[in-house]
Amino acid sequence: MKNKFIGFTLLSVLLATITNLQAEGDSLATLRNATAIADQKPTPSIAKTQNSDVKQVRSYPMQPPLIPHTVRNYEINLNSNKCMSCHSRQRIRESQAPMVSVTHFMDREGNFLAEISPRRYFCNQCHVTQSDAKPLVENTFVDMHTLINMPPEQ
Amino acid sequence: MAIDRRAFIKANAVAVAASVAGVAIPTAASNLITTSEATQIKWDKAACRFCGTGCSVNVGVMDGKVVATHGDIKSPVNKGLNCVKGYFLSKIMYGKDRLTSPMLRMKNGQYDKQGEFTPISWEQAFDIMAEKAKATLKAKGPTAVGMFGSGQWTVQEGYAAAKLYKAGFRSNNIDPNARHCMASAVGGFMRTFGIDEPMGCYDDIEAADAIVLWGSNMAEMHPILWTRVTDRRLSAPHVNVAVLSTYQHRSFDLADNGMIFTPQTDLAILNYIANYIIQTNRVNHDFVNKHTNFRLGNTDIGYGLRPEHPLEKKAKNNNKAGGSTPISFEEYAKFVSKYTAEYVSELSTVPVHKLKELAEMYADPQVKVTSFWTMGFNQHTRGVWANNLIYNIHLLTGKIATSGNSPFSLTGQPSACGTAREVGTFSHRLPADMVVTNPKHRAKAEKIWQLPEGTIPAKPGYHAVLQNRMLKDGKLNFYWVQCNNNMQAAANMNEEGLPGYRHPDNFIVVSDPYPTVTAQAADLVLPTAMWVEKEGVYGNAERRTQAWYQMVQAPEGAKSDMWQVVEFSKRFKVEDVWPEVLLAKKPELRGKTLFDVLYANGTVDQFSLDDIPTDRLNQESRDFGFYIQKGLFEEYATFGRGHAHDLAPYDRYHQERGLRWPVVDGKETLRRFKEGSDPYVKPGTDWDFYGKPDGRAVIFALPYEPAAESPDDEYDLWLSTGRVLEHWHSGSMTQRVPELYKAMPDALVYMHPDDARSRGMRRGDKVKIVSRRGAVETRVETRGRNKPPKGLVFMPWFDASRLVNKVTLDATDPLSKETDFKKCAVKVVKGEA
Repeated sequence: MKNKFIGFTLLSVLLATITNLQAEGDSLATLRNATAIADQKPTPSIAKTQNSDVKQVRSYPMQPPLIPHTVRNYEINLNSNKCMSCHSRQRIRESQAPMVSVTHFMDREGNFLAEISPRRYFCNQCHVTQSDAKPLVENTFVDMHTLINMPPEQ
Repeated sequence: MAIDRRAFIKANAVAVAASVAGVAIPTAASNLITTSEATQIKWDKAACRFCGTGCSVNVGVMDGKVVATHGDIKSPVNKGLNCVKGYFLSKIMYGKDRLTSPMLRMKNGQYDKQGEFTPISWEQAFDIMAEKAKATLKAKGPTAVGMFGSGQWTVQEGYAAAKLYKAGFRSNNIDPNARHCMASAVGGFMRTFGIDEPMGCYDDIEAADAIVLWGSNMAEMHPILWTRVTDRRLSAPHVNVAVLSTYQHRSFDLADNGMIFTPQTDLAILNYIANYIIQTNRVNHDFVNKHTNFRLGNTDIGYGLRPEHPLEKKAKNNNKAGGSTPISFEEYAKFVSKYTAEYVSELSTVPVHKLKELAEMYADPQVKVTSFWTMGFNQHTRGVWANNLIYNIHLLTGKIATSGNSPFSLTGQPSACGTAREVGTFSHRLPADMVVTNPKHRAKAEKIWQLPEGTIPAKPGYHAVLQNRMLKDGKLNFYWVQCNNNMQAAANMNEEGLPGYRHPDNFIVVSDPYPTVTAQAADLVLPTAMWVEKEGVYGNAERRTQAWYQMVQAPEGAKSDMWQVVEFSKRFKVEDVWPEVLLAKKPELRGKTLFDVLYANGTVDQFSLDDIPTDRLNQESRDFGFYIQKGLFEEYATFGRGHAHDLAPYDRYHQERGLRWPVVDGKETLRRFKEGSDPYVKPGTDWDFYGKPDGRAVIFALPYEPAAESPDDEYDLWLSTGRVLEHWHSGSMTQRVPELYKAMPDALVYMHPDDARSRGMRRGDKVKIVSRRGAVETRVETRGRNKPPKGLVFMPWFDASRLVNKVTLDATDPLSKETDFKKCAVKVVKGEA
């Protein structure tokens, strides 16, 4: 009897939860794993930064390349720019890192300077690392090369 | 994982050999396609979809899809640069969960507040909306219908919506999310200058000797302006950068003088600088005597909480928060004299020498100073005061409206200035700085709109925070949310927002491209076209108005906000919404629909489809049968032309990378209020603050007053919330871009390592942030990009799965009604507590 009662209680709690969930319209909650607004989905550990050094495909030629390594303790401030200790023109022979793009030597007016333009000084405004977090929603962006290679529609 | 270069070349040898040997291979097998027909991308310009900087972006389209975006080299704002969000604009429209059908909560084939979302047609969606709106209007009148709009609406969308509500439904209950963003800035401008928006422009960055950031993390929130500040600081070594904040963030990386202050004590620091200028005899008396007045503002004005809150009962002047009385310079000097370096240093914890270094920059007549501020000042229970106080400093020294001397209020959203402020989509405003409480302003609007006298109600409607409170109290029953995610964005979700939306008497409509948290809380969701899926105009922080064409089709079923508003207006006869007395004043309107009265009124519909270049899409215009974006813009522009808000003819904006208003005789205005630069300045005055009847700006005596909620024994930490570089606001677009999501997947709580240690916590631990109102679970970050001092934690609000606004307090500035998202008291506890 007691067990039955507990079972019934559990069932009604479960039902109430489901009803509540439906009332919240959670089928829509794609970023929230269908979690009711009053609740919270489980909190995963802090995502790890990818550190493989393998270059990633760019979605289009103008996309700033993603950083394929961790940048923990990389300082970019008034006194130093750690990124340039590998990516500057003078250092790439030793580091075998890609040189910053030639666009980075241009000032606001498009003139080439002898060193990278100070407007590009803070690398982290355009270049970001990637964590191992799995995207919550698929993106259907189509690469221009896929479009070029698609047979014309009949 | 990694494939080395030699192996890679070997694998590709066949294709390369074939092409070298001249063997014809099918196009798809060739490793390089070069025919111009196949590789051509159609490029066009648009304003960036994100922040208030207003970068111009080149958008590349191929086969009806956006395939690339990059910074527009021709734009004076960004000169070819974008931030990381801007570079990934090309992906924001392509989240797989784009909404393509209206969805209504239904049970057994009927609308049911507790029902499941069920796809319905647009016809059915407008049927139920019209039924609910009409029933509400009939039962309770115009004060029970409302709308929450956006500083991300285009100018035309905001204008169409404001017209539908203020003139059509005769309800002033329309407010934008910009209320959360820069209402305090507007309040500051109106109070000090009598006219809204910055006098200076971004060009001041390149001319300044000193740049000060007050409560602005420009490095993350206005990255392209930050590139200009960085460029200036590093290319001209005499330039000095000062950064003030309640925690250390990325902008400190460039700071010569970085200062961390105790929350709310910015008010004292501002008064100290004024005192320092006076004490060291550096007041520009010539300027001050000719161009300013002094006033003493009312104090003890409350915290914009519900009237029954103990703090409101205690406050003396919360009913006359805006009041002030004239005083002399001597009285003002005496008022600020108590703000000595020692007193303010003790209050703020900023060392005396740092305060002095900052004050000296402002005081030195040889140093041209540009000040920037954003949410640190605006989201503040004394936000209007903070704005007034920074103007005091620039006015005392006459460092204003000249090259490099610029107090500059940055805006958060791409058209907070253009749509929210200039169009006047606030509950108290009309276009071009006019207000509903002024009978002359109402009369002018009614004349331009060809409406009978008395159409626009005189009483301001519910502002953003009051809307949530009135929803909860069951007084606001038909509610439409467009172009924002306010369930996630508004403070105190548990006590106000969520119970408000789910109140059984309320019908909530949410228009959005994606299923946001707000959509989840709605009753009807409308799939919405976004950004370059429609034509529009945005206005940025430096008064720059920019236009773009529609470049791609929206997904089948999604419609723009403007189309939704205008199409919905067809469902109402004037008789449904106006009383007989009003109709009797203009009987020729009898039997007409709101569409006829508001949009097919001879001005909005005056431009034919022939005005649209034939290669342009323009879904809405082709639906309505006239060039509606141009018609709405031109009717709107008549409000400001000749009144210091002049806009150029619509078509010109399609040619230009934006123009800064007022645009007079075809020329934009870089700096207002200064003779020679602003055509509205009276000749011979040198400076003319013509927003005020006597042409004088006001220097306000206003004190430091404490925050609404400060840490105590139980809730022992300050909580500040804010944004991040990689995500735009609530993340509904950027969380769907894989690269941006993976760069910043979850909102963490940033904490001082000692604060973590003393609570037995380490980096990565699961914790709960708990306030008197609610809790949110997250992970501890002790070595991230934000470094709070002991006693303060920071958590961003972009994360739809970790809703920090369950914790925040909905205290507002009683003057601007803007919420203080930067200060409330919390405790942080380990695990599942």
